[in-house]
Amino acid sequence: MSPRGREYLGTESKIMVYCAHLSIENSVINRAMRDAVRDLPQVDFRDLHELYPDFFINTATEQALLRNADLIVFQHPIYWYAAPAIFKHFMDTVLLHGFAYGPGGTALQGKDFLLAVSTGAPAEEYGSGGIHHYPLERLMLPIEQTVRFCGMRFMPPLVVHGGHGLPADVVAAHATRYRQLLEDYRPAG
Amino acid sequence: MDNHSLLFNAFVYLLAAVLAVPLSKRLGFGAVLGYLVAGVVIGPWGLGLIREAEAILHFAEFGVVLLLFAIGLELNPGRLWAMRKPILGLGAAQVIVTAAILTGIGIASGLNSSVAVVAAMGLSLSSTAMALQLLNERNLLPTPAGHSGFSVLLFQDIAVIPMLAVIPLLGVSTVDAASSGFDWLALLQAIAVIALIIIGGRFALRPVLRLIAATELREVFTAFSLLLVIGTALLMQAVGMSMALGAFLAGVLLAESEYRHALESDIEPFKGLLLGLFFIAVGMSIDFGILLREPMLIAGLALGLVAMKAIILFMLGRVYGLPARQLPLFALVLSQGGEFAFVLFGVAQSSGIFPATITDTLIVTVALSMLTTPLLMVINDKLIAPRLDRTPAPPMDEMEDQGHPVIIAGFGRFGQIIGRLLHANGIDATVLEHDPDHIETLRRFRFKVFYGDACRLDLLRAAGADSAKLLVIAIDEREGTLRLAELVRENFPHLQIISRAWDVAHVFELLEHGVCAYERETFEGALRLGEEALKQLGCTAWRAKQAAHRFRAHDEETLLEIYQHYHEDFDERIRISADARERLREIMQSDEIHLSTQADRDWVQASQAAIDKADTQ
Repeated sequence: MSPRGREYLGTESKIMVYCAHLSIENSVINRAMRDAVRDLPQVDFRDLHELYPDFFINTATEQALLRNADLIVFQHPIYWYAAPAIFKHFMDTVLLHGFAYGPGGTALQGKDFLLAVSTGAPAEEYGSGGIHHYPLERLMLPIEQTVRFCGMRFMPPLVVHGGHGLPADVVAAHATRYRQLLEDYRPAG
Repeated sequence: MDNHSLLFNAFVYLLAAVLAVPLSKRLGFGAVLGYLVAGVVIGPWGLGLIREAEAILHFAEFGVVLLLFAIGLELNPGRLWAMRKPILGLGAAQVIVTAAILTGIGIASGLNSSVAVVAAMGLSLSSTAMALQLLNERNLLPTPAGHSGFSVLLFQDIAVIPMLAVIPLLGVSTVDAASSGFDWLALLQAIAVIALIIIGGRFALRPVLRLIAATELREVFTAFSLLLVIGTALLMQAVGMSMALGAFLAGVLLAESEYRHALESDIEPFKGLLLGLFFIAVGMSIDFGILLREPMLIAGLALGLVAMKAIILFMLGRVYGLPARQLPLFALVLSQGGEFAFVLFGVAQSSGIFPATITDTLIVTVALSMLTTPLLMVINDKLIAPRLDRTPAPPMDEMEDQGHPVIIAGFGRFGQIIGRLLHANGIDATVLEHDPDHIETLRRFRFKVFYGDACRLDLLRAAGADSAKLLVIAIDEREGTLRLAELVRENFPHLQIISRAWDVAHVFELLEHGVCAYERETFEGALRLGEEALKQLGCTAWRAKQAAHRFRAHDEETLLEIYQHYHEDFDERIRISADARERLREIMQSDEIHLSTQADRDWVQASQAAIDKADTQ
């Protein structure tokens, strides 16, 4: 990794987008989101299933990339109230003691974290009376707390509901909004 | 012909072809016109180097037979059946309408009615050799115009049979009454021969081909290919049918066999040379004597014939729904008279229908009309087609993609795993395999396997290397793998290559040949078994899997690292490939450094202790 010129240019940011989807080739919203951001110069887009189809994650490489980032994005659909399994495995094998937490574990301190997720069900199903009963923010508490535990700032998540069968213009609008968010991002301080 | 003149004639033909064809192609007129002009130049009315034009024409007609055989190989019975509508519709309409109109013109201009009918039948036929060669040169056979043109030609080839049967019936009084009646015995013979070809082709040929392929002598296989075509042609001729039609039938019957590509590439050079000879012979047989005596009449007849046929074809093409862009091509490519006219007119003269003057006049007319087609095609290519192509529909959409995207070279224990995986995921591959016994087994499992040595350029081309996307090299021979990679890199640069590799040195050589992915044939299997060994020694399955993953990643990294030094020095390259053992030591040393994490060392100690404990008990 070549260190980006953040120190010299002041406003330049470095964004790591991690993405996973069990069939990205058939997805609508996640593919549109991917295509909207992966060509941005400040974005390093990493499709976890593409990089590690057999779940053998290269800890050293990923730690180096995270260390260098200002903003870390997890982009994925919600499966069973969580990210696809490879995200959990990524956390288990990369966010290690001495790197992300514990003595000397300060590599992620002060970085920003964004959750960019899609759900299958419409928004009204998240909440009492809906089939998912709890609001999405509450279901996402484990990742939010993980982020805080590592000393990062948990930004307001970017959520799109009802990912199946969204009209094309809504998909495009959401993808554009996602791109805008990353383009406008500047590291605090 | 004594030996000397045979060699001399061959020398003249080859020289004429070698000089005229490249020149004609360079000038943009295509190969066919080059051959025709070469024929005129060396023939009796040119330099007079060769005199026996008719004998040569007869011999060279075998080129047309081979052409039809090759076309048959491309058309399996299913596809032929699918073409029945254009053959019986458009094909029949072309022959009937053209013959009817020409008969009318003939009678109107004062010819006797049976002369008019026979002349019209002969002139309604087009030249299969000419039209197919011109379409092939331009890669137009898979287009709608190509398909329709082929259907018409096929119908004409079949129509020749009844035409030849009818001519003696029209030959009033000159022939004895007995032979002018309809010959039922001949019909039965014809049916019997066709049945023999179909049954023999279906059941007997494949085992015979397998036996011959098993000799692994290529020239014997080639000899058998030619024998097969000549034999079929002679059989058909013996019962008075078109040799070309018989060869076509044999080709269709072999179209589904695994030897299709091998037959195709073996026949190819003979077909090309003989077709060339055929066109030279046509050029030679143009009788400039008649032409000079009555230039206006002959030119008028030839041009009138071409114009008439082209207009009828254009209208019929429109009625049968050909795309407007392709109508001129379709009309022009079939606008000439054909080689079957020579045959029909010969029979007509011997049956006493034609006086010699009419035969000669018509034959010159037909030969001259054949001369116009390559020129008309150039005009179409340069002037007509570009204008029409500005219409929105892109021509590429009309092309049917007939090839598979993947070619697998070698279908032994390695290649078949790849083939099965692709097959299971709905991707069809063209498979090349050189072990005939193997093929037979695979066929029983419904694999589409072709016999042949993948390192032959013509075979690769026949297997569709020009249009495929990916070549999987899985042959069981180290040097052959490299040869094939090199051959493909040079001749089909668009084709991605992935290859089976032997060892590290072989991987380097493959990378040098532009292979984009490789797999050492024993690596994954050995690694899996190594993982199993760790498990047997008490390692958990998860940890064993992680160790194997780590080993693979590290091994790959080391390999590519060493490869970076591959180019440093030319001598170094030789040293490196000769020095595989040294490299293994390097790799093992770096294993010790890279793979020994604390966790692994703990586990090694623990399992060592467990083994020691087991030993002491």
